[in-house]
Amino acid sequence: MVNSVGFKDRVTETIKGKKTRVLFLSLLVIIVALLPLGVNNYIEEVMTNTFFYIILALGLNIVIGYAGLVDLGYAAFFAVGAYTTGILMRYGLNFWLTIPIAVIFCVIAGIIIGGPTLRLRSDYLAIVTLGFGEITRITARNLKVTGGASGLVGIQRPTIFGHKLYQITDFYYTFFILVILAIIVSLRIYHSRLGRAWQYIREDEDAAEAMGIDPVKTKLYAYMIGAAFGGVAGAFFAVKMTAISPETFAFTQSAMILLAVILGGMGKIPGAILGAVFLVFFPEIFREIGQMRMLLFGILLVIIMVFRPQGLWPERKS
Amino acid sequence: MNDLALVLQNVETFYGKIHALKGVSLEVPKGKIVTLLGSNGAGKTTTLKTISGLIQASAGKIEFYGRDISKEKAHKIVSMGLIHVPEGRRIFKDLAVKENLELGGFTLKDESLRRKRIEHVFEMFPRLKDRQKQIGGTLSGGEQQMLAIGRAMMTDPKLLLLDEPSMGLAPLIVQDIMRIIKQLNSEGTTILLVEQNAKIALKLADYGYVLETGELVMEGDSTELRQDERITKAYLGE
Repeated sequence: MVNSVGFKDRVTETIKGKKTRVLFLSLLVIIVALLPLGVNNYIEEVMTNTFFYIILALGLNIVIGYAGLVDLGYAAFFAVGAYTTGILMRYGLNFWLTIPIAVIFCVIAGIIIGGPTLRLRSDYLAIVTLGFGEITRITARNLKVTGGASGLVGIQRPTIFGHKLYQITDFYYTFFILVILAIIVSLRIYHSRLGRAWQYIREDEDAAEAMGIDPVKTKLYAYMIGAAFGGVAGAFFAVKMTAISPETFAFTQSAMILLAVILGGMGKIPGAILGAVFLVFFPEIFREIGQMRMLLFGILLVIIMVFRPQGLWPERKS
Repeated sequence: MNDLALVLQNVETFYGKIHALKGVSLEVPKGKIVTLLGSNGAGKTTTLKTISGLIQASAGKIEFYGRDISKEKAHKIVSMGLIHVPEGRRIFKDLAVKENLELGGFTLKDESLRRKRIEHVFEMFPRLKDRQKQIGGTLSGGEQQMLAIGRAMMTDPKLLLLDEPSMGLAPLIVQDIMRIIKQLNSEGTTILLVEQNAKIALKLADYGYVLETGELVMEGDSTELRQDERITKAYLGE
């Protein structure tokens, strides 16, 4: 009874906090939704690219942030998704039908990489995932069905309700919707039973197991769901670019996505978004200074990691 | 046979090449408190970890209510009602007290049952109720131990393995903890208690085993053990 007053204060505070947050968020959504009306193609392109990395960062955030697993080969899942869609469309399958198949293939890839390796400790896991990323890329370069080193070209643009997704604005909205879906899925999972299980495993695997959580199965789910995000992003990437080649999925791609998650703050949805935005925007904004910008970018990253090792917008911690 | 909660028959465990348990056989009857005594490195913790499946036994049989669990996975054993409260408490230091308890009820699918169990734990440990929003790492040692036991009680276990609950606690707090263990036992929970503090353990337990470098060297009713010269010399410091 003593702290009932404090409790009441806290309740009103959260409601108020929620109100401003909802207001802020809806404002942000409206601005982003109306943006294509007032800006040129270049900015739309950059924004679409940002959305794309947000989806990947949110997917990898499930693996790294939620479940606390290392993955240095995330681009592999995105490659599997892109190639599945690209190849199936070449055989005449409708784009929208290739999405579930791409997701299934990615989940299978997640199981293949996760199943035998999840018993490993984190540093070994890092090496294996790195290898997996490279294997996927090199396999794509050497198979006939994936078009070898030149990759797949001339992937058809999809249509929706008779409207062909063609212009950059079309893809702007497509990826924007995907971002919103990815956020909703991420939020739902975080607050689910599985989300809590990941949290426990991340904090103390032995204690979690001693409480009845199957660590291998739980971690495998993280890989599967993270892979599914990569698969969806990859499928849309394929039809947006109309051409994919193995070098699109090189290690630097995995590193980029990883950077977005770590920079933004692991385990936090706004963090992953912020990280992706920063990562795409920075080199674009400083495009004028040419090659120097990557040097500057690197220095800035080091500075951020020195002064905010937990990321720009990290998860609440004691 | 039927009144035994746990039976170990010639259980052997290796840590790599180290032969940590060299054939341990013990019995824990239903509704009793049995204690496993021994000095550092005797294999007490290893015994508990082997029982709860965190380490696999290389030989021997472990029966929990008549069922062989020596090959089962740790999380499966938990769902059978055998809970291990590990040494050093191992609560989640970054999570609030209540969240820690929710973890304990992770295997419960029924939300209302989980809430009821949390209430029950709070009844048993009023201190935890006052601190339910506090982050686990900021609790005192005694409170952390209470939280660890409370978390284990969430699934209403049939058998509780307690690993050194008195470790690093002030004597007064130790008495508190021991009172709680006694209470849990009187409510029907069977307990296997591992302790270095032989004095308090024997006061609490019905029966005791003494472990030395992976082998049982002595066993008996706790009243007998308390009077045994070897025990008093080695562990009671008298």
